[in-house]
Amino acid sequence: MRRYLLPVAGLVALAYPILTMPFPVYQRLGALVLLAAIGASAWNIVGGYAGQVSVGHAIFFGVGAYSAVLGYHYLGLPPIFGVPVGMAVSASIAALIGGPTLRLSGHYFSMATIAVAELARVLVTTSDTLGGAQGLTGPTIPRTVLDLSFTSSMPYYYIFLAVLVAILALTWKIENSRMGFYLRAIKDSERAARSLGVAVGRYKLYAYMLSAALAALAGGLYFTMFGFIDPESGLGILISVKMLIMAALGGAGLLFGPLVGALILVPLEEISNSLLGGKGAGLTFVVYGYIIVIIARFMPGGLLGATQQELLRVGQILAGTAALAWFCTRVDYGIYIVVPGVLVALCIGAYKGRSI
Amino acid sequence: MSTLLQVIVSGLLLGAVYALFSSGLTLIWGMMNVVNFAHGEFVMLAMYVAFMVFTSLGGGPAVAMPIAAMVLASLGVACYFLLVRHIMKGPMLAQILGTFGLALFLRYSAFWYFGSDFRTLPDTILGPPFIIGDLRIDASRLLAGVVALLVTLGLHLILTRTSLGSRMLAVSEDATAAQLMGIRPEHMQAAAWALAAGATGIAGALIAMFFYTSPTVGETLAIIAFVTVSLGGFGSVPGALVAGLLIGLVESLSAYLIGPVYKDVIVYILFVLVLWVRPQGLMGKM
Repeated sequence: MRRYLLPVAGLVALAYPILTMPFPVYQRLGALVLLAAIGASAWNIVGGYAGQVSVGHAIFFGVGAYSAVLGYHYLGLPPIFGVPVGMAVSASIAALIGGPTLRLSGHYFSMATIAVAELARVLVTTSDTLGGAQGLTGPTIPRTVLDLSFTSSMPYYYIFLAVLVAILALTWKIENSRMGFYLRAIKDSERAARSLGVAVGRYKLYAYMLSAALAALAGGLYFTMFGFIDPESGLGILISVKMLIMAALGGAGLLFGPLVGALILVPLEEISNSLLGGKGAGLTFVVYGYIIVIIARFMPGGLLGATQQELLRVGQILAGTAALAWFCTRVDYGIYIVVPGVLVALCIGAYKGRSI
Repeated sequence: MSTLLQVIVSGLLLGAVYALFSSGLTLIWGMMNVVNFAHGEFVMLAMYVAFMVFTSLGGGPAVAMPIAAMVLASLGVACYFLLVRHIMKGPMLAQILGTFGLALFLRYSAFWYFGSDFRTLPDTILGPPFIIGDLRIDASRLLAGVVALLVTLGLHLILTRTSLGSRMLAVSEDATAAQLMGIRPEHMQAAAWALAAGATGIAGALIAMFFYTSPTVGETLAIIAFVTVSLGGFGSVPGALVAGLLIGLVESLSAYLIGPVYKDVIVYILFVLVLWVRPQGLMGKM
């Protein structure tokens, strides 16, 4: 059973755009899932395997996207030509930032990366050469096929699929190499790893640089698909956090964790946007936030790292919430019955000493 | 010359408010090693509470501050018992995930409930500005700065001079040993959340008097709080005070001397430089 899982999933992934040919929306959704998975897999190398939780990967994503647009904007090159440059620049920036910040441990590193990414966002916003707050656009009409500007999402789907497979193969290779063992040792205990002769600082930096280069690749691909970048969509804190959330939801430090996270969160976001779109603006992210909280609380290892019991528990809670939400929308003033009811139930639970 | 003095005074007053809303974050961090990514949303909710007290109930700051403090303290305790208590034993990633999910939940619940529009209270809500010599200070900013300074100092005194503070310190140093001495770690941690969220509530009520209130304001403020806390040193309330005043001062000086667009750039550059030389922050212990 297990050994057929991967080939079958691969076949489904290959056939997906052809199966959904009549529904361009789903082709687009597939491409978006893969793009998000690329970003999250890039983050996973340093955040998941090495355990250095970066909350500032937007800076690398932005470097990739901006180098793609700058090559076009100033030299007239196809955007994709800027991507390798962006990856190299991104890795050098990672080396520069990583030098001082990787000495910090745990939360300190996370905070420092947030601040550096915010610094980059503010700098780009004030810079006119980089388009300022308005951002920059790519080629509106494709000049050659190298511009990678298509009306259908199908080409993007296959490009992203190829890149994702390459990244996953690379990650798998690292996972089973000496470096993979070093990284996991560092994650478990830096001190122990050092005492066994692992060059902790050097390997953390390697992982950070590799992860940065791959995140830049994700940024470049994002730009080729959307043809537009501004400080918020390229360097916003939400970019960093989404990478982190997807990887953590699926299972950080697991090969397929980021992909699973993207498979859940991206459709969730798109579907609830189209379902709730007009009337309940913002409700999408209320649902998104709620699910994230429940996962963090009841399934701290992510979906792939969860036990059957944890899965069952989360399923029950989400189903219960969905039922209550349905009740609220169907019954007049239902919300005034549900909210106090839930509060009373929680209080009784707490009083009886049951963990909630 | 008098303009420079004006800039310095308003920078310090703003810095005091930064210090107050960052001290809640730093307290939680020092106490249980959890970063509350929903901190900005706590401030945002406090601002909405204060806004409603000002507009619907017609109360002044003397009413708004205690109400905001109480509402937020209850929210903090609820968050502790429902969420934080469980995730703090888990991996760091689960902690970030949990508090960030909470942030999204709160931010967009406010978005859905209050709408996305920016609301502001009239500048003269507390009466005309004070004029001392050449100095002209809005009454709301003066009140905010002074109260923030006093509350931050009070928080520091509670942590260092009272038996509650000592018990909280004991739990943060070694929860098991504290438990053997008859201190209940969960109660102390809940108290820390109540204190931190209550201080945040007061800060929010003060900020609402001179800043716009919107569902996304928390994101802007949270980043200031993170920078203040990392600059001052994690877990140190005096550190947050110094860093808050410093950031307020640098912001308004650079806005005046270089240009308003660059004030954030200067603050972040300052932060990165400090991080480079002293990664543990100005007053932090590694």
